[in-house]
Amino acid sequence: MATLVEIRNVSKVYERGRQKVEVLHHVNLDIAEGDFLALMGPSGSGKTTLLNLIGGLDSPTDGSITIGGQRIDRLGEGALAKWRAANVGFVFQFYNLLPILSAQKNVELPLLLTHLSAAQRRKNAAIALELVGLADRASHKPTELSGGQQQRVAIARAIVSDPRFLVCDEPTGDLDRQSAEDVLGLLQMLNRDHGKTLIMVTHDPRAAEHARHTLHLDKGTLVEEQGLGIRD
Amino acid sequence: MKYLHLVIAALSRRKARTLFTLVSIVAAFLLFGLLNAVRVAFSGGSETLAGNERLVVASRFSIMTGLPQSLQARIAAIPGVEAVGHQNWFGGVYQDPKNFVLSFAVDQNYLDSNPEIVLTPEQRKAFADTRDGALVGKALAERYGWKVGQQVPLISQIFPRKDGDMTWPFTIVGIYDVAPDAPNGTDQMFFLHWKYFDEGNQYGQHEVGWYVVQLSDPAAADRVAQAIDALSANSDHETRTQTANAFNASFAKQLGNIGLIVSAIVAAVFFTLILLTGNTMAQAVRERIPELAVLKTLGFSSRSVLALVLAEAVLMLLVGGIIGMLLATAVVPALGKASGGMIQLPALGLRDWSEGLALMILIGFLVGVLPALRGMRLRIVDALAGR
Repeated sequence: MATLVEIRNVSKVYERGRQKVEVLHHVNLDIAEGDFLALMGPSGSGKTTLLNLIGGLDSPTDGSITIGGQRIDRLGEGALAKWRAANVGFVFQFYNLLPILSAQKNVELPLLLTHLSAAQRRKNAAIALELVGLADRASHKPTELSGGQQQRVAIARAIVSDPRFLVCDEPTGDLDRQSAEDVLGLLQMLNRDHGKTLIMVTHDPRAAEHARHTLHLDKGTLVEEQGLGIRD
Repeated sequence: MKYLHLVIAALSRRKARTLFTLVSIVAAFLLFGLLNAVRVAFSGGSETLAGNERLVVASRFSIMTGLPQSLQARIAAIPGVEAVGHQNWFGGVYQDPKNFVLSFAVDQNYLDSNPEIVLTPEQRKAFADTRDGALVGKALAERYGWKVGQQVPLISQIFPRKDGDMTWPFTIVGIYDVAPDAPNGTDQMFFLHWKYFDEGNQYGQHEVGWYVVQLSDPAAADRVAQAIDALSANSDHETRTQTANAFNASFAKQLGNIGLIVSAIVAAVFFTLILLTGNTMAQAVRERIPELAVLKTLGFSSRSVLALVLAEAVLMLLVGGIIGMLLATAVVPALGKASGGMIQLPALGLRDWSEGLALMILIGFLVGVLPALRGMRLRIVDALAGR
């Protein structure tokens, strides 16, 4: 399979007051198109930082990130926002739905940035909600949904604009076992049946079992677990 | 427009807070509308076209000082003068001192010089033929249920009759209509015969309050005004002649610089509004920082976030402000009616609305700009992490 994500010698240093904290240390990583990769590691190991860099939410201090042949570390803030809208779907631990909007309107949010008509936006959102099994909850507000349902709405929002890949930050971290299984099954289905590339950060080894590959981060450095992905 | 539901959703997030903020905006713009009407009324802004085609000749020293009636013929003889009428303040009340009636003693020429007062030939004749006859505005007649032919006693608060009685009996001979561009309150007036008043009052006779001069050519106003004032130069009744609009304005200015006072009050109201609404907006955006971060995560640009927050502030100001101005539009004529013509405020016009809308947008920007900049500048990873 073709390489989707190429990370070369990436470092990330945060400045906390006068102190500099290196969160990622010369990371090299390739992720193939259609992969389902789990990133694991202890707290503070840099896995969310790496996910944020891949998702274009943050910029590396050093090194390069090429996704689909484009150097995203060189993009300015505006161009990066456009790139995210076109290429990345995001799933967060706490769902991050807008509480005042219905499930349908939440899912439509990324489509506001496209040239689709209102009717087309509604239709696409309805399809996405159907895909995650929540067509009958379209008019419900997030507070009227369970945690698992909210996360499925968040997944519908992440896939509605048909991005190249999804980044999922602890998608089951706030869910009970059964809901977590449902969400992971859904992510697996998106990867297996729809060919979506998924990069998931998780603490939970059982969640990581649903991925095709798992990588461990420790103190800002990648440690290979199943023999794939890391470059020397 | 496709983002409008996001703006409305943000405003409906905390309904009670939005409602209270809206109420304060409504109150501020209701005050703005009312005070603006007061300012315009006192600055002569309620000018009419006819008001520039008429001159008012009053005593140079005080509006309360009368002028000799003999001056009328001399003014009429000046080239450029079409007609000369005169008017005296009567100061009447009906039955109770709180029932103030805007009443004037006038001659027939005065009515001819005022196109705002619409009379039928029959009404003119009836007024001319009836010594104690009175013409009353439609709104005034409706207010007290007066009919043509009815005897109405008015109590003058200034002029006693010869026998010392302050009550003057009148017979209503006509209920007049007003022209569409007539100043507010014109339909609340009560006109009585100057002769009846002059012969019956205990004070000086053959005195008029002021003259109203109809010009044959409005362009000649300055020349005619100078000629009229020259008639009484160096006498004990020197005059000051000006257009009716200018006269109304200078009459109002005797009460003080209302424009300045009103502007100061409006400024204080809006200053308070900016602090209040600005604080509300800041709080509303602070609570929504993670949501704004989500929007940016999904690909909304920093400028879009800035525009969303600014639109929220401007929309809130526009909704509240327009409601306030609509209320003021309704209250202004109601005040005039309720006061029996004592308070005559001009209706809110295009200029008031333009100023109001400009202020709504300006204040919206002012109160929204800091929270909007905060939303625009937020770092996604920090905001999502709650930092």
